[in-house]
Amino acid sequence: MAGLHIDKINKSYGPARVLADIDLSIVDGEFVVLVGPSGCGKSTLLRMIAGLDAPTSGDIFIGNRLVNALAPAERKIAMVFQSYALYPHMDVRKNMTFGLKFTGVEPSERERRVAEAARMLRLEDLLGRYPRDLSGGQRQRVAIGRAIVREPDVFLFDEPLSNLDAALRVSTRVEIARLHRLLGATMVYVTHDQIEAMTLADRIVVMNQGQIEQVGKPLELYYTPANLFVAGFIGSPAMNFFPAEVESIEGDKVRAKGPTIARVTLPAGSLTRGSKLTIGVRPEHLTAGAPGDFSTTGAVELVERLGEASYAHVRRADDKLMVAEIRGRDTPAPGQTVTFSAPAEDVHVFDEAGRRL
Amino acid sequence: MLNQPARSLGVHIILIAYSALALGPILLVVMNSFKARNAIFGAPLAPPNATTFSLVGYAKVFKASLIGTYFANSLIVTLVSMFLVLLFGAMAAWALTEYKFRGSTALALFLSIGIMVPIRLGSVAILKMMRAAGLNDTLTALILVYVAQGLPMSIFILSEFVQQIPKDLRDAARCDGVPETRIFFEVIAPLLRPAIATVAVFTIVPIWNDLWFPLILTSSDSTHTITLGVQQFLGQYITDWNSVLAALSMAILPVVAIYVIFSRQLISGLTAGAVK
Repeated sequence: MAGLHIDKINKSYGPARVLADIDLSIVDGEFVVLVGPSGCGKSTLLRMIAGLDAPTSGDIFIGNRLVNALAPAERKIAMVFQSYALYPHMDVRKNMTFGLKFTGVEPSERERRVAEAARMLRLEDLLGRYPRDLSGGQRQRVAIGRAIVREPDVFLFDEPLSNLDAALRVSTRVEIARLHRLLGATMVYVTHDQIEAMTLADRIVVMNQGQIEQVGKPLELYYTPANLFVAGFIGSPAMNFFPAEVESIEGDKVRAKGPTIARVTLPAGSLTRGSKLTIGVRPEHLTAGAPGDFSTTGAVELVERLGEASYAHVRRADDKLMVAEIRGRDTPAPGQTVTFSAPAEDVHVFDEAGRRL
Repeated sequence: MLNQPARSLGVHIILIAYSALALGPILLVVMNSFKARNAIFGAPLAPPNATTFSLVGYAKVFKASLIGTYFANSLIVTLVSMFLVLLFGAMAAWALTEYKFRGSTALALFLSIGIMVPIRLGSVAILKMMRAAGLNDTLTALILVYVAQGLPMSIFILSEFVQQIPKDLRDAARCDGVPETRIFFEVIAPLLRPAIATVAVFTIVPIWNDLWFPLILTSSDSTHTITLGVQQFLGQYITDWNSVLAALSMAILPVVAIYVIFSRQLISGLTAGAVK
């Protein structure tokens, strides 16, 4: 078991810079999720930790060892791929033991590890089957089993659930969380799905365009996103943004106005008159009718009913859509004009550069 | 648009016609090899019957010639060449697709030029080279030539297949600590089996049937291949058709046997279950 330390990693393909000065420390036993839109460099970063790609510059430490020059197998990592990458011509048992042959693990020890992994992942009955005879969820469990038997210092997951259907995704997610608790191993997990990130992670690393936007605990990212990107990325449906400008400062209260905002009162802070702002409010914090420090009005265009809540898609004054979550059975009718409001503590304020104020 | 039965009937007529065209001459050879000399000339298209049936050709071939040696030579040359073409072809295909090194593109291009330039153009140079190396009149000379002849196409075809193997498999094997050579032999090569079978068939047929290189590179009876051996029955004035047809009929068998063996391996979908 070991932590992981990444120091000023850069990666360029010709003039294209895929990763820029990435610094990241992961403590022993931590479950860290790298999340971001496709092309943000998260998979590249994972492949570099694995040793499948070399960084253009920078150092990677696993435990206290500098592993830059080491082959994947020497780094004591195990990787689980989105495509499972099982050896198609080997049965499940062989798939799990194949790599151990080359790392000097005794046959009896191999058997012990396979038996243990199979028990953990409920694969006992499948050991003699070939990958082509397994379902997607079973294949991914075998792939995870193949990682477990290596007894690595660090587990790397590259979008392991993306090829599974929705129901399996949820159950395999729970499985991975259980496994992490059971093994207590350091895990780095790449996904573009923020729900996976939120549910699994001890800490989330939000990446965008080759850079880390924010690192934090799931609820930290949710309640105090550092910038507009994180605010818009974490949370589903995404946060609504409203352009605004500071109108007047009265004592410790600031009034701001905007084309789509009826009214907003904010704590003063460092704002000055005329500063341009972006106000962010999550759909679940908008309430219809009730008074609040923030309010906005629009015409309901569409209501999506999910059962436990409904999402009202509301056309704003600037012709963009915003989403409001409505609890309970009373949903507004399409075409109805509704005023939504939110208390000041649920209103996120970002400066002109998109940083949180 | 034709309706379905008419369409499939048309397709079948074309395919049957083509099969008849391709199999007709072979059938004639085999049929006539079992007939007496007069019957061959009298009614060449008739199958052998009780009066015309004769094994004289086969008897002569076995008695008068070193047919066993010729067969053995052909088999050795064909199988050794095939093995080397497949081994080096698959390794080169893997290396050229997997590893990017200085000059890898140039090397791939150079190898594909081999597909376009017929090796027979170099016959004189090859003959001189083999003389200089002291290899003329040996099976080794033939094997070397055939390996050179078969490699470009096999690399070309196998490269296409190697590219279809998911990259994740190789990455998974590397993470598993499998050495590169073992990745090739134990992960990649088994997945290439259908492709290798295809290339094997493509490779052995021209080698088995080749007359040219045995003719210029071998001179003694002990190194003749079956195709060259048959020539001794073809004279300027008399041709011993019984023997020629008997020898040719026998020469067909090993190729058919090898084809049957490899066609079993031509199972597609072997990679099913690897990914997705």
